[in-house]
Parts: sequence; C-alpha cells; structure tokens
Amino acid sequence: MMPSDREAERSVNRPAQSIRRVWGLVYRHLALYRSSPPRLIELMYWPILQMVVWGFVTAYLAGMQNNVASVAAGVLLGGVLLWEAALRSQMGFSISFLEEIWSRNLGHIFVSPMRPGEMVAGLMVMSVLRTCIGVVPAMGLAWVLYAFNIFALGPLLVAQFAALIIMGWAVALGVTSLILRYGAGAEALAWSVLFGITPFACVFYPVSVLPGWLQPFALALPAAHVFEGMRAALVEQRMDWGHLAAAYVLNAAWIAGMAWVFMRQFQSARVRGALLNIGE
Amino acid sequence: MIAALTVENLVKRYAPGLAPAVDGLSFTMAQGQTIGLLGGNGAGKTTTIAMLLGLLVPSSGRITALGHDMAKDRFAALARMNFASPYISLPSKLTVRENLRVYGHLYNVAGLKARIATLAEELQLTEFIDRPAGQLSAGQKTRVALAKALINTPDLLLLDEPTASLDPDTGDWVRTRLERYREKTGCAILLASHNMAEVERLCGHVLMLKQGRVVDEGSPEELIARFGREDLEQVFLDIARGTRVGESA
Repeated sequence: MMPSDREAERSVNRPAQSIRRVWGLVYRHLALYRSSPPRLIELMYWPILQMVVWGFVTAYLAGMQNNVASVAAGVLLGGVLLWEAALRSQMGFSISFLEEIWSRNLGHIFVSPMRPGEMVAGLMVMSVLRTCIGVVPAMGLAWVLYAFNIFALGPLLVAQFAALIIMGWAVALGVTSLILRYGAGAEALAWSVLFGITPFACVFYPVSVLPGWLQPFALALPAAHVFEGMRAALVEQRMDWGHLAAAYVLNAAWIAGMAWVFMRQFQSARVRGALLNIGE
Repeated sequence: MIAALTVENLVKRYAPGLAPAVDGLSFTMAQGQTIGLLGGNGAGKTTTIAMLLGLLVPSSGRITALGHDMAKDRFAALARMNFASPYISLPSKLTVRENLRVYGHLYNVAGLKARIATLAEELQLTEFIDRPAGQLSAGQKTRVALAKALINTPDLLLLDEPTASLDPDTGDWVRTRLERYREKTGCAILLASHNMAEVERLCGHVLMLKQGRVVDEGSPEELIARFGREDLEQVFLDIARGTRVGESA
C-alpha cells in the first residue's frame, strides 16, 4: 500500500475514529483490571467498608436518639452511598491517569493521534465503570444487611448519582491539572482532595447547620444541592427539583472551568517539557 | 513529492536566560530517506525528537511532517507517524497482544487482528504474544516496541536509540527489520543513536549536533573522508572533543 492510499484510509470517518481511540484507552484499563484482581477488589473494598460502618452507626442512633424517623429514613446511609459515587468517580478518573504515569506509558499516548479531549473522555468512561463496580455492590449490600433500599429513590437516584459523578470529574480535572503542573509529587491529591470537601458538601447534615458565612461556599458545590435533594426525598418524600437543577447548572460551570484549567496546564506542560519527565 | 519532514530554524529555550537546548536546527528529509541524529549527551537529540512528535512546543521555528504543520495540525501527522524508544515503556501488566490492540485502536488500524498476526510473524513475537510485557527479556521488549512502532504502517518513523542495551546479534536483527520495512514501504526514518556502526549502516545522511546546533552534516562516507578518519566513531569523538584534525567542511 502506498502512502497516499494509507492517508486516504486514515482520513475517513473521523467521529468513528475518535470513538475508537476512546475505546482504545478504555480497553487498556479493562485489560489491566482483568490481569490484576487486587485492583478490582480494591474498587469494592472501601465503599462496602464505609457502608458497613455507617450501617451500624445508623442502627445505633436509631435506638438512642429521638429523631428516629430521620435516621431510620436512611439519610446517613444514603449520604454515605451517594458520596462514595463522587469519591469513586474522582479517583477513577485521577488514578486511571496516574496508571499511565506509573507505567511510563504517557509518552506513547501523547505521541499517538489521541486528542486531549479524547483522553479525558476515556478517563470519564473508566471513572463511570470504576464507580459502578465500587458503589453498586455496596448499595445492594445495604439493602440486604440493613434493609435500606436506596434504589427506592428511582429515577431521582440516577439523576443524583450522575450529578455526583460529574462533580467527581470536575475535581479530577483539577487534580490532573496539578499533576501536569507539579508532576507525580501532586499524586497524593488524587486520594485526598475530595475528603477535604466533605464538610462543605453537607453529606450528613443540612446546609443550614453550617455558619452563615460558610453556607455560600457550600451552595457553590453541586454535592450540597444533591444531598439537600436526597434528604427532601427520604425524609419528606418530595422531589426538590430546584436543588437538582442547581446541581447540574453548577456542574456545567465547574466542568467548563476545570476543562479550561486542564487544557491550559496541558499546553503549559508541552511548553515546559513536563510531558517528557512527568513521572519523576 | 511532499517531503517526509521539513524542519526550519527550530529553537527550544526551556527558560529565559538559559542556553537554548536546540538552536536554529534546519533540515529536510525525503520520503524513504534515513537520517541519523548524532551528538553527545545534552546535544539536543531528545529535545528535537520531542518537538518533532508534538510533545514539546518549540520556542520558534517550524516543523512540517508529511505535509502537515505540526503547530496547527499535528494529529493528522501523528496518525501517520510512530515512535520507539527503550526509555518509554509499554504497560507491563498487559500482554503483548493487548498492548498491540491498544495502540491499534489509538492509531485506527484497519484489519487490526490481521495486522497483529503479520507483525507477530515478521518480528517473531508469536511465542510470547500472550505473555505480560513486563515479563519479557530486553531483546523481546525491543521487538515488541518495534511492533508497536510499526502497528500503523507509519510513513515517518522516529527512533531513539532503538538498539540500546541489546546484544550485537539482536541489534543486527532489529536493523535488518528496519531496512526491510523501509524498502517495502518507503518510510522515512529519523534515528537518534550512539551506535556509530548502526548509523553508518542505516543512514544516508547524518546531522552532527553539539549544544543544540548542527556542527556538521553529510553522508557517513563524506564525514569520514572530510575528517580524515577511518570510521564515524572517530568523527564523533573529534566533534565531541573539539579535536577536529581533517579538512574543514
């Protein structure tokens, strides 16, 4: 085959080629999990552990406190399970990126025709897969062990779950940008950054519990709106569309902002030569 | 015919005040040509290759690869290029076949299964194709890296010390495969190497780099004659040590 024939073959059907490159990155990570059962077990370990601990806490508080209805309605367990979606989403994205650094494979990816946006799309797909593998078994186990059926939230659960996954992507884009800026020295953030946001996400208590000056910061986070909506559904049996809409609007703003930061840092890394030695 | 690669006055300065790592590099590579990039450590070879691959943005200058301006349209060029270096690994937990599938998808290779089978046969990967890449010997890893570099049947191949740390027999085997691929496809090859015998064998033209600049160039035979030496290694030493004894260019 002559070069011109190969060029013609390569130039056709560009959207399909883009999807195929995204699949290539996803396949790379799926192959990694297939060959490494400990990685797969680790995905489920923490969500299940968290669920078990908070399940017992819920049972204890239900017997000891007066707000039995609220506790029994499952706001603690619901909070734990949904917050795990945000945590696992952020880690799924960031750690998949770090896997490329650890295997010293990033150079090969960046000199392939894969666009940065396609790489981000591939990491998002991996984030969703890792989150589902980690959190759905914990949700099922909460039903079996504590008779807490989070699936009773129905379509609202899907909407809230998705909102938290998107928030996880926004945070992960920020973390990945820091790794591009500061190298592997910033990788600890991949595990810790979202835990630092937990107090302001109002996972276990209403936003009104926070001091007045802190509430605007909490309400700037999509998660705070998701958990307000979750409490309205579990305790008051009503759909709070306002909070759900706010979560998605904020997500759109955060994703756009963090995508801009990521692209800026990616370009800056190309200028500084950081892509040549990012794992060091 | 469009040149495989045109480099015009390429400069890379990592920070203001620092000496440029690459300083005014210009050359043109025709399709089917093999050019050797020679120079001591810190001469600017890796920086040059990184800029040619789009990993690094030049401070100034222009790169046109396979007719595409790398500053504006690098992905179109990258689809027809590839790269191999012993210093960049493939994922060690994945088998050789899985690694080749990954890169086959990234480069949108048509008929991927058949392409992998062909490469496995040509590069003798069959006996270990389903073993994790991390469990292979240095020679086997080099063959896998070469298979990855050829997965998309590139028109422009960049090689950074492709036979480093290989025994002479395996090194010769790799060089023979590269020669066969070039003859079969008309691929242009840019080769950075410290192995002067390899450069003499594969390259029709050599760029001698020192402190980011081309200090001399020509075919290996021309350089050897110009410096009054017996082989390219002696020419390299003359240039690296500044002890040139032959005629000036």
